[in-house]
Amino acid sequence: MVGMLGEGFITSLQIFFLTLLGALPLGLVVAFGRMSRFKPLSLLVQLYISIMRGTPLMLQLMVVYYLPYFGFGISMGDGYRFTATIFAFIINYAAYFAEIYRSGIQSMPHGQYEAAIVLGYSRPQTFFFIIFPQVVKRILPPMTNEVITLVKDTTLSFVLSVPEMFTQAKAIAAAQRAMTAFVVAGGFYYVFNLVVAFVMNRIEKKMDYYHE
Amino acid sequence: MNSASEKTTGASATGDALLSVRHLKKSFGENEVLKDISLEVAKGEVVAIIGPSGSGKSTLLRCATLLETFESGSLAYGKLIIAENNDKGEAVYASKAMQKQAKSTFGLVFQNFNLFPHRSVLHNITSAPMSVQKRGKEEVFAQARLLLARMGLSDKENMMPCELSGGQQQRVAIARALALNPEVLFFDEPTSALDPELTREVLGVIRSLAAEHMTMVIVTHEMFFARDVADRIIFMEGGVIVEEGPASDLITNPKQDRTRAFLADYTA
Repeated sequence: MVGMLGEGFITSLQIFFLTLLGALPLGLVVAFGRMSRFKPLSLLVQLYISIMRGTPLMLQLMVVYYLPYFGFGISMGDGYRFTATIFAFIINYAAYFAEIYRSGIQSMPHGQYEAAIVLGYSRPQTFFFIIFPQVVKRILPPMTNEVITLVKDTTLSFVLSVPEMFTQAKAIAAAQRAMTAFVVAGGFYYVFNLVVAFVMNRIEKKMDYYHE
Repeated sequence: MNSASEKTTGASATGDALLSVRHLKKSFGENEVLKDISLEVAKGEVVAIIGPSGSGKSTLLRCATLLETFESGSLAYGKLIIAENNDKGEAVYASKAMQKQAKSTFGLVFQNFNLFPHRSVLHNITSAPMSVQKRGKEEVFAQARLLLARMGLSDKENMMPCELSGGQQQRVAIARALALNPEVLFFDEPTSALDPELTREVLGVIRSLAAEHMTMVIVTHEMFFARDVADRIIFMEGGVIVEEGPASDLITNPKQDRTRAFLADYTA
């Protein structure tokens, strides 16, 4: 049982890390689109964010998985389950991350931009050297919330029969007619989130070397 | 207004002046904040700008440092023309590259310092010379340590801005501006956020820069300091220059009633 759950856990970890790897940078791009002074782009991005936040992630997973076949008649093969899962998670979490980035960027005092402009920094330099490092410190607490939610949301990929830990636990529980597997899986999730909280807390402490 | 003759006067006037502002007009919406301001600053000159709140002093400084754009008038640093009126009397700005070039000729010290809180004192000073001017690390660090020594802050180089007093932070901000080797340094009410003792520290530094003939334009509410340090004082009110003249004359013997009334409030 633990072996099967362990394999499932590896898959859960893959979903977790690949989502972060994609959604953290994509969220920043989305945040810039949302803050763009070019209205059509900003409105389009607002629509995207509102759909991602306003509909269930489970439904988004199904849409991404079934759209190639029912929408365009394209058969994607079995490997597409996992790809579709990662894709849906990334575009969903990027929307949430984008709003967190935006809150952090817009909370920065204007004087920081002005000081950088007067010193001759280009716009990208101003953002990456001066603004972004301070934004990271400001958004860590809401980011921790999202990352912990992500750990639990990986279970949703069971609707696409991706063999992650929850899917495995459900199969084991059905075969054994006992809920032991659920309890063990629950323990895995809980411990994993303890680790996440611990790591994020360490990063927060590390960034506490200055105050404003 | 004849713009052709404007340009010729502008060109001849920029001969010696480090900074030349001519017929500058700036509005925020309906509110005209600067109404036809002309100002020249020669190399080595210290100019103080005084005046009541809302008189446009800070806006003038922000226009000169390219933090605000103005609608009409011209701005030049030496021979570098940053903005000039077209035939319709609208200011047209030079290319971004030229603006960047101009930015290395001036520095600005803010009222509330605007140090980068996530960087140490030393890195606040060294980062722009390295990433903007692409100067070598060793030379930049050596210069930064010299500047810190001049500011009396040699022992603070590894501290974070939040660990310093306001006066120390402002001195770091002055060092940061000086590290780019500007030809002219602007101060926007550099002591308004400081108590009298810390004000004295910062004014002392500005005084020593004046003694070395650093070209400076200082917006300030410290009348006696302006009188002692500046070569020339400009009194602004309601978006116009009401009176300007040699520092001690203007403070002790103002010609305009409005200047007199303002100074009476401050020196009473």
